Amino acid sequence: MELIVASAIGTLTAGGVYLMLRLRTFPVILGLALLSYAVNVFIFASGRLAIDMSPILSKYGDASYTDPLPQALVLTAIVISFGMTAVLVMIGLGAFLEAETDRIDVASDEAETNETKDGAA
Amino acid sequence: MSWLLSLPLFIPFVAGVVSFLLKDGPGGRWASVLGSAAMLVASGALMTTVLREGVVAGQMGGWPAPFGISLVADYLSAVMVVITAITALAVSIYAMADVEARIARLGYHALFQILIAGVAGAFLTGDLFNLYVWFEVMLIASFGLLVMGGSKEQIDGGVKYVALNLVSTILFLTGIGLMYGMTGTLNMADLALIVPTLENQGLVTVVAMMFMVAFGVKAAVFPLFFWLPAAYHTPSFSTSAVFAGLLTKVGVYALIRMFTLVFVGDISFTHEVLLWVACFTMVTGVLGAAAQNDFRKILSFHIVSQIGYMILGLALMTPLAIVGAVFYLVHHIIVKANLFLVAGVASKIAGSTELKRIGGLYATAPLLAVLFLVPAFSLAGFPPLSGFWAKFILVKATLEDGRGFVAFIALAVGALTIFSMTKIWAEAFWSPHPDNQEPKLSTLSKGERRALLMPIAGLAVLTCIIGLFPEPFVQFAEGSAAQLLDSSAYIEAVLGVSE
Repeated sequence: MELIVASAIGTLTAGGVYLMLRLRTFPVILGLALLSYAVNVFIFASGRLAIDMSPILSKYGDASYTDPLPQALVLTAIVISFGMTAVLVMIGLGAFLEAETDRIDVASDEAETNETKDGAA
Repeated sequence: MSWLLSLPLFIPFVAGVVSFLLKDGPGGRWASVLGSAAMLVASGALMTTVLREGVVAGQMGGWPAPFGISLVADYLSAVMVVITAITALAVSIYAMADVEARIARLGYHALFQILIAGVAGAFLTGDLFNLYVWFEVMLIASFGLLVMGGSKEQIDGGVKYVALNLVSTILFLTGIGLMYGMTGTLNMADLALIVPTLENQGLVTVVAMMFMVAFGVKAAVFPLFFWLPAAYHTPSFSTSAVFAGLLTKVGVYALIRMFTLVFVGDISFTHEVLLWVACFTMVTGVLGAAAQNDFRKILSFHIVSQIGYMILGLALMTPLAIVGAVFYLVHHIIVKANLFLVAGVASKIAGSTELKRIGGLYATAPLLAVLFLVPAFSLAGFPPLSGFWAKFILVKATLEDGRGFVAFIALAVGALTIFSMTKIWAEAFWSPHPDNQEPKLSTLSKGERRALLMPIAGLAVLTCIIGLFPEPFVQFAEGSAAQLLDSSAYIEAVLGVSE
């Protein structure tokens, strides 16, 4: 169990970092998404892994339960990272439509045109 | 007492919603200004309570700490919230004339207020996970403000800004996960009690470094600052000003909070790292600024350089150094926001922020020249302005700690700051305009002039007041440093028990 979760986090992180280092917007966004999945699973694991236990106290007096707090935290983190990814996709799309390329450095090859635009912006 | 603590969060949120509903007319702008003014009153009330009663804590939803979310205001938090409100008020007045109707209709003023709520939340929260949530509120709002208007440059800067900030958030979350795994709590006061009792202090140091990197990205310290100069010169001037004043300072505040409250077990290692980070930040920032030729790009690099001074104060960890860091933090927010506001007016009447393309402002707009000189000299540390006292205290603390070399770096960086400010002064104000056109304040309408110059003048007066009567401010910073170095009052206020 620990091995599976740990290697899943490791694989997600490795894939995320690899994609983050690409020069195009879409892989970078995917990379960030993978990284946030990795960290979400990690937070979940910080409450210790337990099988077949509910995150609430049972009313039948069975005292075994798993830590509910990391699950609540992870829920918050998932929602936030989902929202963040959505915003990022919109901006990436905007950059793509504006520049007609999804390179990360939109401005670098067009420094000239931007300099003339500086005053207006 | 908890209502007083939640007001500085509640007011901007309400103002944001109202402003969004009225975004098509002038009501949106006014809602933003009124919200900022109301927040200033609320934070003033919070400040007087903190001055009277010491650390104030409230438990949200009535759940006792460490189970619920605590809001805490000590001297540092309270003063940061007051400064946030002052900056918000100045910038929201300025934005009335600065932000075009087209962008205001997109909901500019509403996002601005949400950003302020995020900043105030980060200053007031006493819970690590809640701090993450406030960071994200801030990040999303600031991202919206940054790309609003949608020019290619803005989007380009925005993508870098958000990608690097998300990486820092991910590191922060990993740190939170490890912290919870080790201690079983995320309440900062509770952490301060539990962390020293942990067996595995090596892992604590690892987590400390994770937090240092995560907050370091937010604070734009060396070598993590690249997103800042890439993004800060692109959006509207009001956005630049509020970002320059407040956003990086949230990172600095989080560093100060965590590294005086929780991570104090291995100071000889963690704070030594901070010290060198501070030195490199000061030097790279000021050298970067020397190479730039754009009003706002120079100022952006100076943010980086000035962050170094604040981290330096934290790194030394002596009472005097913390006094310096707190004083610097307050002084810097006012001065830096003001410089960006001045850059906005200069660009509006002279036509550009590119220094080579503007000039002659001293001859034709002497009032603006004076209003530039006050924050510029203060930033460089001329007596008797606020920056002089901030630098004086920090350098004195460095020398008392027996680190002559670091003091030398701090002074040399101050000298180079004067160099950049002189460059702006010579190019934009003294040299004649390259197109022989005479930039005049009278090209702006009367209402515009009032909205643009009033906040600048107000912040400049504040800088002069801090500079001419530094005593009460230094005393306050001393009280704040005492609270930071002896965390028992903070812990007692939150948990209701003493150490």
